[in-house]
Amino acid sequence: MLKIAVVGSGPSGFYTAEALLKSSKAEVDMLERLPVPYGLVRYGVAPDHPKLKLPATTYARTAALSGFRFVGGVTVGKDVSVEELKDAYHAVVFCCGAETDRELGIPGENLPGSHAATAFVGWYNGHPDFLQHSFDLTQEQAVIIGQGNVAADVCRILAKPVDDLRQTDIAEHALQALAESRVREIHIIGRRGPAQAKFTDKELRELGEIPRACVSLDPADLVLDPASAKEIEDPRGQTAAWNMALLREFASRPLAQARRRIHFRFLESPVALYGGQNLGGAVLEKNRLEGPPFGQCALGTGVTARLDCGLLFRSVGYKGLEMPGLPFDERRGIIPNREGRVIRDGLPLTGMYCAGWIKRGPSGIIGTNRADAVETANHLLADMHTNASLPSKAGASALLPMLASRGLRCTSFEDWLKIDAAEIARGAEAGKPREKFVRIKDMLDIVSHQAAA
Amino acid sequence: MATIVTDNCDLCRFTDCVTVCPMVCFHADDKMLYIDPVVCIDCGACIPVCPVRAIYEVKNLPPDKHHWIAINAERSAALPLITDKSQPLPGALERKKQLGF
Repeated sequence: MLKIAVVGSGPSGFYTAEALLKSSKAEVDMLERLPVPYGLVRYGVAPDHPKLKLPATTYARTAALSGFRFVGGVTVGKDVSVEELKDAYHAVVFCCGAETDRELGIPGENLPGSHAATAFVGWYNGHPDFLQHSFDLTQEQAVIIGQGNVAADVCRILAKPVDDLRQTDIAEHALQALAESRVREIHIIGRRGPAQAKFTDKELRELGEIPRACVSLDPADLVLDPASAKEIEDPRGQTAAWNMALLREFASRPLAQARRRIHFRFLESPVALYGGQNLGGAVLEKNRLEGPPFGQCALGTGVTARLDCGLLFRSVGYKGLEMPGLPFDERRGIIPNREGRVIRDGLPLTGMYCAGWIKRGPSGIIGTNRADAVETANHLLADMHTNASLPSKAGASALLPMLASRGLRCTSFEDWLKIDAAEIARGAEAGKPREKFVRIKDMLDIVSHQAAA
Repeated sequence: MATIVTDNCDLCRFTDCVTVCPMVCFHADDKMLYIDPVVCIDCGACIPVCPVRAIYEVKNLPPDKHHWIAINAERSAALPLITDKSQPLPGALERKKQLGF
């Protein structure tokens, strides 16, 4: 039996584990730095999108397969090294996602009031790493830089009436803060044109359906240059065509009284943020597009304007972190690889694989990672199959004593099921599907409390 | 609401959609695929990967294809699940060309 370590318990980790276990040739130990599994399904998917959290039910089925083990609360690269995992397992698959975000790289970016959208997402989803963050929701003007689905999530959470969030699994601290929000105007800014906005049409449509909010945009922005017009006529531009139809419909709506207003702005890039003690606003440079259809770049025109705002979220992409002991492509924020085989100096590293966002960068949605993980798992199984003289490996019987000797308190999948049940019970009192534990200590207390009982 | 497979899949059955479905909600007969609307979470992962653009979110479904909503519901309930990619049907590439893709 092959002994495989999978690092990370988000979608790509679980799809990798599923593919390996279904081959009946492997046992999988899944290592996760938090005590609880599911990665961005738990901490990335917006609380008002409960259906998109349902893939977790399929992950629980994978966890129930024979040969699966969850080891929560262990950080690979810190608590245990890549080299140690390599000694204990036939192969290691890194599915650790993209744990940080891309910065704008402009003056003033670190002024209080300027945030990473991913920090806001982690905060409202109750991620333990983001508890200390605070967001000044007394500001009336908010700006979001970027027009992808994370930007859309942030915009929706800011714009929605708080009562529409009360029945979700949003973290209680976020619900309280959002209940006091004075945000009125939300500007969502793209560096390219409306035909290049990265929203899916589904996310964009939702922004036009928020109760007591209205959408606004300059109809002149919807006049397309010839290359963009070609893009939306092409089958590859289907989503963009649907987005354009939605934006045209938004632009045709009569002016309405609304509690909150979402402004879509295009062909603008922030070149500096200004302020004193706190963020005061952004200097935006107008862009123009240049290049062939599907290859158009935004180029600055030198024309700038100021947009006052006290709250700004950059949402220009997630980025992977370097794993000590592995090669890293700094520019792309991924582990260099060929179809999931980790590559150093052009050659595959024996027994080292990757899947998901750390393999291909932060693109696609949850299901995209299934095909991606299957590709990696198939290569892994083929490589192991051709290697006839595989040594036996100790797997968990080496790993777990090592972690215990280092004083780590690891959680099992059974422990997670106890935490899960406790969260659901807590949520039921408030009419929520769950109330997450947001401190690691509280998660572990549930486990030890139940063990003692 | 759900996501719907329509007539372009008929006689193609490329099954790229199956590989990206996070819920495993595709069912198949000898000719094409169908989505189980009870299990589908409307994530849309399958829509852009279809080589013949056979899959639509209900809200984008052209009016002349609305009968496919009922067909997907009925056929998926009666047919076995398909969990992995399989070979396209013979003639699928030709049909893809005919469909203009």
